[in-house]
Amino acid sequence: MVYNYILYIIARERKCGYMKVTLQNLTKVFPAKSKKAKDVIAVNDFDFVIEDGLLIGLLGPSGCGKSTALNLISGLQKPTSGKIFFGDDDVTNLPPENRGVGLVFQNYALYPHLTVLQNITFPLENRKGKDKLTKEVMVEMATEVAKLVQIDTLLDRKPAELSGGQQQRVAIARALVKKPKILLLDEPLSNLDARLRLQTREELRRIQKQTGITTIFVTHDQEEAMSISDMIVVMKEGVLHQIGKPQDVYENPIDLFVAKFLGTPPINVFDGYVKGGQLYIGDESVLDVSSIEDKEVDVAIRPEGFVVDENGRFTCNLNRIEVMGRDISVVASHEKSQNKDIRAIISAENMARLNQATVKFNLKPYKVYIFEKDSGKRIYF
Amino acid sequence: MDYEKIESSARNRKIALNSVIYTLLVIWAIFVLFPFYWMVLTSVKGYGEYNSEWIPKLFTLTPTFDNYVDAFTAVPLGGYFLNTLIFTLVTTALMLFVTVLAAFAFARLEFKGKNIIFVLFLSLMMIPTELVVITNYVTITEWDLRNTFTGLILPSVTSVFYIYLLKENFAQIPDELYYAAKVDGTSDFRYLYKVMIPICRPTIVTVTILKVIECWNSYVWPRLVTDDQAYYLVSNGIQEIRENGFGRDNIPAMMAAVVVISVPLIILFLIFRNKIMEGVSRGGMKG
Amino acid sequence: MKNNNLKGWLYLLPAIAFLGLFMVYPLIDVLIYSFEEGFNFASQTYFGVGGYNYSYVLHDPYFLSALKNTFILVIITVPLSTLFSLLISVGLSSIQKIRNLFQTIYFLPYVTNTLAVGLVFMILFKQTPYTNGLANLVLGWFGFSPVDFIAGPYWAKMTVLCIYTIWVVMPFKILILTSALASVDEVYYNAAKIDGTSKFRIFTKITLPMISPTMFYLIITGFIGAFKAYSDAVALFGIDLNSAEMNTIVGYIYDMLYGNSGGYPSFASAAAIILFVIVLTITCINLLVSKKHVHY
Repeated sequence: MVYNYILYIIARERKCGYMKVTLQNLTKVFPAKSKKAKDVIAVNDFDFVIEDGLLIGLLGPSGCGKSTALNLISGLQKPTSGKIFFGDDDVTNLPPENRGVGLVFQNYALYPHLTVLQNITFPLENRKGKDKLTKEVMVEMATEVAKLVQIDTLLDRKPAELSGGQQQRVAIARALVKKPKILLLDEPLSNLDARLRLQTREELRRIQKQTGITTIFVTHDQEEAMSISDMIVVMKEGVLHQIGKPQDVYENPIDLFVAKFLGTPPINVFDGYVKGGQLYIGDESVLDVSSIEDKEVDVAIRPEGFVVDENGRFTCNLNRIEVMGRDISVVASHEKSQNKDIRAIISAENMARLNQATVKFNLKPYKVYIFEKDSGKRIYF
Repeated sequence: MDYEKIESSARNRKIALNSVIYTLLVIWAIFVLFPFYWMVLTSVKGYGEYNSEWIPKLFTLTPTFDNYVDAFTAVPLGGYFLNTLIFTLVTTALMLFVTVLAAFAFARLEFKGKNIIFVLFLSLMMIPTELVVITNYVTITEWDLRNTFTGLILPSVTSVFYIYLLKENFAQIPDELYYAAKVDGTSDFRYLYKVMIPICRPTIVTVTILKVIECWNSYVWPRLVTDDQAYYLVSNGIQEIRENGFGRDNIPAMMAAVVVISVPLIILFLIFRNKIMEGVSRGGMKG
Repeated sequence: MKNNNLKGWLYLLPAIAFLGLFMVYPLIDVLIYSFEEGFNFASQTYFGVGGYNYSYVLHDPYFLSALKNTFILVIITVPLSTLFSLLISVGLSSIQKIRNLFQTIYFLPYVTNTLAVGLVFMILFKQTPYTNGLANLVLGWFGFSPVDFIAGPYWAKMTVLCIYTIWVVMPFKILILTSALASVDEVYYNAAKIDGTSKFRIFTKITLPMISPTMFYLIITGFIGAFKAYSDAVALFGIDLNSAEMNTIVGYIYDMLYGNSGGYPSFASAAAIILFVIVLTITCINLLVSKKHVHY
């Protein structure tokens, strides 16, 4: 009997399937609180499609409107303009409870007075009418999802008796138990310590793959987003900068912000200029860029874009060397560098050649990005 | 799924719920405000006008201020007022002095027996005034202090709760400030006066206002130790007016007196609204 | 170090003097009084030691009527005022517009003189040769015949007393409850909303458990406050509460101490101790119940 019920529920959910999410010119403006302050545009003209079954990382620095974007999708906030579609349905004005989303909050929002089991069954108890479930079915569903996130031994505890990682799993279980069409996570890992964070993000990936549910998570940690997302959406101050597969975005940043935001160690940025088809940093011509007209530019070079070469065209002052095992990190400086230190990651075999006050590099052209000085837009060459 | 239907029903439900809430809130606001309106209204009705209204009118077209003149001339309302003012000011000042010193000792100084005496103080918070009022009455009578300000004020001074509130606030000031002051050769008393009191001014203001309200409205103790009208406070004055004042049930004059004694605190409240509400929500009880 | 010890006690001295003289000593003294039989105020003498004072008080019809009045008052006003204030606080918390105005209005009774506003309630409810009073007028619209709420039948007087008591105690409860409601993290409501929880279920399953410590605090202080009711009754019915049949326990204590029946501190002490024991018992029961029901 119970078993049939679960089959029925699963079948019903299957029919709906997991959903693709379409944002159409989505904008959210928070009106200024006082006359002097300006309106805050938290989300500015978002226009993209998230295919179903993917794990999407919404990435940006703190306060860039990521959480607002997530709240618009969940329905907790109403957009100022624009539309949101789940599948083909316009859900823009639909209240959150009718959208069928699961949301995991940054601080988990577990009800402190309820046990883990009661927390997980909470969403199920809300069903009314023909969807109403019996107690046994609810417990069975909760146990099933608790097993999925591996907390099935903790069901009788209260949230206060759990570690941060365990609380997080409970929160995910609570979001998943009602079989949402879309799972949303707000900074899911930010309240965990470093070791747990690594472990949990793999876990997140596993759960997403196992359930196949379209998942959108918000983070300010680029490494986190890069490591587990199928797609990342990079945004800043409400503006969408780039969307794509993590590796594509990393290798082909569309502007200086994206180039700077992704990658550890961070990308090295220099003041440079183009003259006669040559890219100059300081007095040295470092690269041939025949297709670009003469102008001042920002030059960004990935740490792995440097090759140590006695006849290299780019000379930097050598500060120190950090050995990281197979690779070494060369810490150098240059008067035109916008950062204090330049970091180059090179193979440890080159170590012997680094014994002078200066070091000479050649650059890998595909690891060098040139940007407009004022707009930060990428100049392709 | 019929999304539009869900949308509109959710909207309608919200509107319906909101109107219920606002109706409830407005009804309660009227219930709270009505007695105030009625007392002001009645106080500006003439004696004859009031008594001729078999069905009370909700407004008056001929307001008069005679009742206010009566309130100050027919009964010694001015005297009650002055007494209350003296009582309130002296009691509050004494309370502040005692409370600040005690709170400073608990928060800042280290001495033998501090913890035990603090626990004793805290346990006194649970003692109802009704228990101690009897002996206090006997004490004040024995000391021949009935119908004196001293007798009125002395037992009303201390409040353990305020000591506790202030001590908590003092304790939040970082120790470094104290040590820095010590290094500079500042005496404890100067440090209290120049550093702690200014920093904790908000709490001290809150405590002061709460005590003022308590004093202004106190009734039981003044009623016990005064039977000479010359020492009546406003509460006792009002009671006296109710029992024998104005003669022949001059209700408009009575209401004028009520307005006069209510106004100072209402003004105080409107000015210090946030401080008062914050102070009360931190555990203030009606005196 | 010794110097320091002295200084600490010196700062405490005023507080200790005041508290010792007007709280600790009276506390001990009242116990002694309550067991001294036949104490004479003028000569400061007594016949013996024993429970006679208690037995006298417990057999005094005035005390029994005061006890009855107080219990009725407590049983009616504590639940009603708590329920009303919960309702109003929840309403307040769910609106934004003119919320501050409402809050200010609701708090007004707290800062007004109980005696003074009591007079207003009295004239609203009193029947005089000149008018039946506003309350009777309104009741008349609903077909009730006029009744004197101030000097009329017992239930009418009790009704006014309850209404006025509720009016007086509401501001404190509303204030405390609104701040308790505001301290519930909005994230819980958002979480519940996402899961499609109905408003009613959010209230019973999330809001109430989370503010349950505050609710019990209010109920306990409400009980204590209501048991000590006195000046509300004086404001409505005048000083001679015994003849108005509206006396309360505290009123009885003061009457015994001073007033018409005046000058029996032993009886007053016994009554005060009885009151204290009642309040203590009720508080303990409340605490026991709350242990079972309050979360955290």
